[in-house]
Amino acid sequence: MKPITINDLCITFGAVQVLHNISLDVKAGECFGLVGESGSGKSTILRCISRLNDSWTGDVRIGDSAVRDMEVSDRCRMMQMVFQDPYGSLHPRHSIRTTLEEGLRINKLDDREGRMIRAMRDVGLPVEFLDRYPHQLSGGQRQRVAIARALILEPDVLLLDEPTSALDVSVQAEVLNLLVRLQKEKGFTYLMVSHDLAVVDHMCDRFAIMQHGRVVEVLPREAITQGGATQTYAQDLIGASLEYEHAI
Amino acid sequence: MSMTQETSAALPRRTMPQGLIAARNIVVFLTRSPTSLFGLVVLGLLLILALFAPLIATHDPYMQDLQNTLHPPSSDYLFGTDELGRDIFSRLVHGSRITLTIIFLVTIVVGPLGLIFGTVAGYFGGKVDTVLMRITDIFLSFPSLILSLAFVAALGPSLNNAIIAIALTAWPPIARLARAETMTFRQADYISAARLQGASPARIIWRSIVPMCLPSVLIRLTLNMATVILTAAGLGFLGLGAQPPLPEWGAMIATGRRYMIDSWWLVTFPGLAILSVSLAFNLLGDGLRDALDPKQMNRR
Repeated sequence: MKPITINDLCITFGAVQVLHNISLDVKAGECFGLVGESGSGKSTILRCISRLNDSWTGDVRIGDSAVRDMEVSDRCRMMQMVFQDPYGSLHPRHSIRTTLEEGLRINKLDDREGRMIRAMRDVGLPVEFLDRYPHQLSGGQRQRVAIARALILEPDVLLLDEPTSALDVSVQAEVLNLLVRLQKEKGFTYLMVSHDLAVVDHMCDRFAIMQHGRVVEVLPREAITQGGATQTYAQDLIGASLEYEHAI
Repeated sequence: MSMTQETSAALPRRTMPQGLIAARNIVVFLTRSPTSLFGLVVLGLLLILALFAPLIATHDPYMQDLQNTLHPPSSDYLFGTDELGRDIFSRLVHGSRITLTIIFLVTIVVGPLGLIFGTVAGYFGGKVDTVLMRITDIFLSFPSLILSLAFVAALGPSLNNAIIAIALTAWPPIARLARAETMTFRQADYISAARLQGASPARIIWRSIVPMCLPSVLIRLTLNMATVILTAAGLGFLGLGAQPPLPEWGAMIATGRRYMIDSWWLVTFPGLAILSVSLAFNLLGDGLRDALDPKQMNRR
């Protein structure tokens, strides 16, 4: 269990500044949500933390060490990411076994077979699926494989980039419950991007509302149902979301 | 889920021959369309001819018989004899070995070279891309036959130099193709995931990108082979490829040219051989394009 500390994170793409001095504290073992409209920079924060995008300034720490100073292998063992689209995040020509084994080989972990079997059990997939290919699995099963791939390196921090938005509602609930259970069992720190406040309400302890690359307000989960947002934009967003839910 | 129990026993064995299953699927797909079937059959014949050349050939391809020069096709000499009385059929059969050697050597040089250049340029982008692609542009801007000519002229005419010259001019289109393919999915999530697992760029290129580029590169290579055969024949025709008395098809046409008016069989049969083999490669390439199309793959 490790906390994430973000201080003064800025990133500019060409002439556009996408993130403006983001500072966030995610406690160890917490599930923290990032909410906001499209293009508000939620996913960019995750890509900066994971160093998929490396042109940022500021300071990001996991536990006591800055992500920029960590060895690649240490960083990989500390933080993993689950992507939004399960159809694009698994290599179409690799079997599930190859996909899972790759990380173990790179990080030179022993007992590969055992670890793969445990990871498959953890995400609730039959072990026989190891020899299947992504196109032989459904969307929900693929996302479970993607989660297994993240789990298998035993990270402390999981970055979740809208892990359920590409799935239909019943499967969404399955995957969310899986994530909740895994957090209970293994004590992950989650940083989850979502644009669905219902998902945030279900999963997160606290969440930040973002707009135009700035954090508008950090709120506890209760603020969704009980109110408590002080900023106008936050109130509007929560209000709109609740209205939408009532409408369905 | 009930199915998984019964398949579990068969699974450990199923991991290896996945490639074989795919290959069989592709062949089955190819035999369904008459044009690619034609390509497959002609190339199969070529392979058999080359493998069993000494058994199939009716005469020694190098044996001269000056009593029997320019003999028209007959039951003794299936395709007639040339100006030195050598049996043209036997020379054609032995020439298939040379053709296959050229194709094989050019392919194993051109395929990996183009693939490496293209995927590295496409994956890294930026300066690496610029440098590698300008090198490719330089090679691409030479007409291939002229560059081969210059190369062979500099190193002396021989079959090996012809092969090197052809390989030198044939890789840039492959590199271009591989680069374009790489660029379409270098931002894909599965590449990001591999990076997050700590994979080195070399590993990502080899394990994740190359398998995605391979089908289109294979198709392109097959289509290229027709050009390779024609260039080899052209070099042979100009006296810069295989040297006499090697029975190379292009060289056979070149020497037969002088007797073409009276003895049509000297140029016709080698010409037909070149035509049918390059046609076969083109048709097979077309068929492979359909067979390896990812959308078709998903349907299977």
